[in-house]
Amino acid sequence: MSLAPFEITTGHPEETSLEAVESAQAIEGRSPFRLALARLRTDRMAMVALGMIVLMALLAILAPVVSILTGHNPYSPDLVNGTNAFGQPYGPGQAGFILGSDNVGRDVLVRIAYGARISLLVGVLATLIATIGGTVLGLVSGYFGGWIDALLARLMDTVLSFPYVLLAIVLASVFGSSLPLTIGVIAFFSWAAIGRIVRGQTLSQKEKEYVEAARSIGAGSFRIMFVDILPNLIAPVIVLGTLLVPVAIVFEATLDYLGVGVGPPTPTWGNMLADAQGSAGFGAWWFWIFPSIALLITTLGFNLLGDSVRDALDPRTERIFAMRRKATAAAVGPGGSAPADSEPLAGEPAPS
Amino acid sequence: MTRFIIRRVLQGIVTLWVIVTLVFVLFFMASPDPARLLAGKAATLRLVQSIRVALGLNKPLWQQYLGYLGRLCTGNLGESYKLHEPVTTLLGQWVPVDISLAVGAGIIWLILGLSVGILAARRPRSVWDRSATVFVLSGLSTPTFILGLLLLYLFYYILTTHGIGIFPGAGTWTPFHVNPLQWARDLILPWLTLALITAATYARLSRSSLLETLGEDYIRTARAKGLSERRIVYRHALRAAITPIVTQFGIDLATVLGGAIITETVFGLPGLGQNVVNAISRQDLPVIEGIVLVAAAFIVAANIVVDALYAVVDPRVRLT
Amino acid sequence: MPEPVLVELPPPGGKTPPARRPSAETLLRVEDVVKHFPIKRGILFKRQIGSVQAVEGVNLEVHRGETLGLVGETGCGKSTLARCITRLHPLTSGRVVFDGVDISRLSARQMRPYRRRLQMIFQDPYGSLNPRRRVGSIIGDPLAIHGVAESSERKRRVQELMETVGLNPEHYNRFPSEFSGGQRQRIGVARALALRPTLIVCDEPVSALDVSVQAQIINLLEDLQGEFGLTYVFIAHDLAVVEHVSDRVAVMYLGKVVELADTAELFGSPRHPYTAALLSASMVADPEKARSSHRVVLYGDVPSPINPPTGCRFHTRCPKAQSICSAEEPPLEMKPGDPPGHLTACHFPVQRGETLVGATPEFHQAAADFVATSQGTAAEGGG
Repeated sequence: MSLAPFEITTGHPEETSLEAVESAQAIEGRSPFRLALARLRTDRMAMVALGMIVLMALLAILAPVVSILTGHNPYSPDLVNGTNAFGQPYGPGQAGFILGSDNVGRDVLVRIAYGARISLLVGVLATLIATIGGTVLGLVSGYFGGWIDALLARLMDTVLSFPYVLLAIVLASVFGSSLPLTIGVIAFFSWAAIGRIVRGQTLSQKEKEYVEAARSIGAGSFRIMFVDILPNLIAPVIVLGTLLVPVAIVFEATLDYLGVGVGPPTPTWGNMLADAQGSAGFGAWWFWIFPSIALLITTLGFNLLGDSVRDALDPRTERIFAMRRKATAAAVGPGGSAPADSEPLAGEPAPS
Repeated sequence: MTRFIIRRVLQGIVTLWVIVTLVFVLFFMASPDPARLLAGKAATLRLVQSIRVALGLNKPLWQQYLGYLGRLCTGNLGESYKLHEPVTTLLGQWVPVDISLAVGAGIIWLILGLSVGILAARRPRSVWDRSATVFVLSGLSTPTFILGLLLLYLFYYILTTHGIGIFPGAGTWTPFHVNPLQWARDLILPWLTLALITAATYARLSRSSLLETLGEDYIRTARAKGLSERRIVYRHALRAAITPIVTQFGIDLATVLGGAIITETVFGLPGLGQNVVNAISRQDLPVIEGIVLVAAAFIVAANIVVDALYAVVDPRVRLT
Repeated sequence: MPEPVLVELPPPGGKTPPARRPSAETLLRVEDVVKHFPIKRGILFKRQIGSVQAVEGVNLEVHRGETLGLVGETGCGKSTLARCITRLHPLTSGRVVFDGVDISRLSARQMRPYRRRLQMIFQDPYGSLNPRRRVGSIIGDPLAIHGVAESSERKRRVQELMETVGLNPEHYNRFPSEFSGGQRQRIGVARALALRPTLIVCDEPVSALDVSVQAQIINLLEDLQGEFGLTYVFIAHDLAVVEHVSDRVAVMYLGKVVELADTAELFGSPRHPYTAALLSASMVADPEKARSSHRVVLYGDVPSPINPPTGCRFHTRCPKAQSICSAEEPPLEMKPGDPPGHLTACHFPVQRGETLVGATPEFHQAAADFVATSQGTAAEGGG
């Protein structure tokens, strides 16, 4: 214990001051999430990633608008207006097609916009279902142990070692390919990844004394699982969930490409790529390169965001963020009020 | 130790059984009547009936199931409905494709991934590290078939249309013993496709694993003793860091061996992957079951080997 | 976060707490409690091949209003016993009777109302509080679980509790990581107090704290006992602390109670050799006294609870052990010459004025032989 009763050290001696003391006493204790959000705001890569995702989301939402603006329909072939005199598709910028047309005369840009809807819908929804299901099952499995755990853990291992593309194809051929089926298949194969992590974390948290304390005051099992243990493992779940979205999107595109996902005439990026390889060969580069770029932007965006979120939630990377804050404080200059992030962080473990 | 392996083998058999049963059940629900399909368009009812009897399809479900399991245990995988050859023979033709694909791509991705990862870990936050991060993220974000298409476009289409016909397009496959050079030429693009994407995962894995090891105290001691950085990394740190990579490699290799569906489809290679897709669309149940069994067996075997390796390296694992 | 500069906690309201008088009424009775932890091995299905015998037949009574101290080395089973009392572990056999009701076999739901009156304070101030929950939520948890108060009323009561234990009520929304060890332990105390319990089991509440902070927490616990009429089972391995707070003390060794007496009686005239050794090893502040005191050093390791010794469990290390000690387990009973309430489990209790040597008789003999032979050699060799 230090001898100076009003000295609050946070690991950054330069920040110790009376103001720091007073402001520390006034803060209400920032939750780790508010901390993480503050950190994210300083991360340029995260902002770029978020931008990419927002761009694609806007494209998806405004797809009908794009269709109206260009006057083209994404579904119906239009050989009259959409292809030139030789029956070849138009390149980008020709005949009013901003990104060109495909082999049956449809507007590539409009189809990409509608494809974004499918990809984002399937990706986010399937991941959401998988995350919620995996978290609940992981918690139950890890907390109760016994035969429930034995069963669920075996199930997770089995699901994770399935050749899943294979089984997806099988399921699609049995039940017919459709949007709900695709979402269901992807969710089914993703929940085990989350479930396994959650189960592992639950197993280790279960042994901690605060769980014992909760039981001693009379908390029931479900309360302990969801009120006590869950907040302690939300961080890795969020990271993994964000990183699973691009996996789901790629999975969906793959299924479409193989012909067992969402079928025509609904435009999806995977469908477009399959068409591109099949029909016109590689000559008309625009109608497979542009969907590829769209897909890449989306997946790259989520991957980058996931990495940044992981860094933001990890208390060990505090140094990097502290340096960034000092850089912004220096940029603001002496005499100016320091940005809110430069106060000593309430999340630091207290000394002594 | 032996107890540990026995337990894992038993668990593996259970997993295999579950998968096999699942496939059987699904296809019983799916294919309405293989007999009718086999009989063809001009079938009379009697013909269909006799085929049904011959295939044993008139027996109750559970009897068919037990018969199926029984045949499996004796190594008889049945005969393809469409190709009229024993499934085992067909598998024998297709597996070498996947072996060629797996081995070649595996070597490439291991070397590439490790090199990038080690380089990034040795110089954190340098330009090497940042490029490695870009490489990793690109690899993780690119679906296999897009990369395949891209490579085909660049190296086959563009080069060939300009007169440089080095790389063949999709759909060619020459077995190794027929013409090794052609075999390699046919496989280069598929190898690259598979390897570049998988290498990204390995680069990330080896980078984080090596970084963690390099942060340990005994490495700091080695540096203080004056050992050269190269020696430290390659002789000491790598040994500890390489465990998760080896185990991941086992699993990935087994997955590719069981059929790289996408790569084979893009490049038209006649391996387990492409053939299982064909078999599904033709509802050729014995072939499907055979391929799924082989693929699952590879993965289960790899899991056991990987677990055993873990137990060898980390004694704590043996106690579970 | 440094401690506020408080030494003695003035009770709210400003009155001095009434002197505590432990009554003779039994609040908690522990009857023949046995707790074994099974050890399992097996390939596919695990079978039990042995067990850790953590608590082996303990009988205790806790009177209303008193503080019963429970002392012993690490691994003697005191923490396990604490968890058996509060039903955090299911009992292997035996009964725990709380206020006349046998709570040993109750289901979780049936046990709930009793949890309001039987609480626990944990040893680790860092581990026993959920790092992701705010302090107000942690302290208010018992109130929420038992549906005692709505959220605004809850907040008021929590802040009142925080004040009672010496915390600033404005820190209601902070996280445990923002408090020091002593403050966290106060949070734990507040949580235990929330439902106005009758009995609190304190599992080494001060062992993880700095010495100066220990004093504050102990004083706090004593004041609370006076103000709320609490009964404590106080577990510790620090004898000085136990002597200060307890009315009666029980000494445990390897899962059994070996001696039980009023505090002054136990510390003044211990009868069990193990107690004597423990007491002799504790530090005395007065250097004169320390020099003149005689330390009993016990040789040998504590036996494993998986395979405890036969008969009296202490006989492998006991300086007074004889053949009967390995054959027959001594009962916990009053020895002649002792006041009632002083129970000892020993065949050859320490007599008044007897000086113990720590070594076992065999060791003694071997040492004597060695001295004899070396003296002989020295005499012949000429030094």
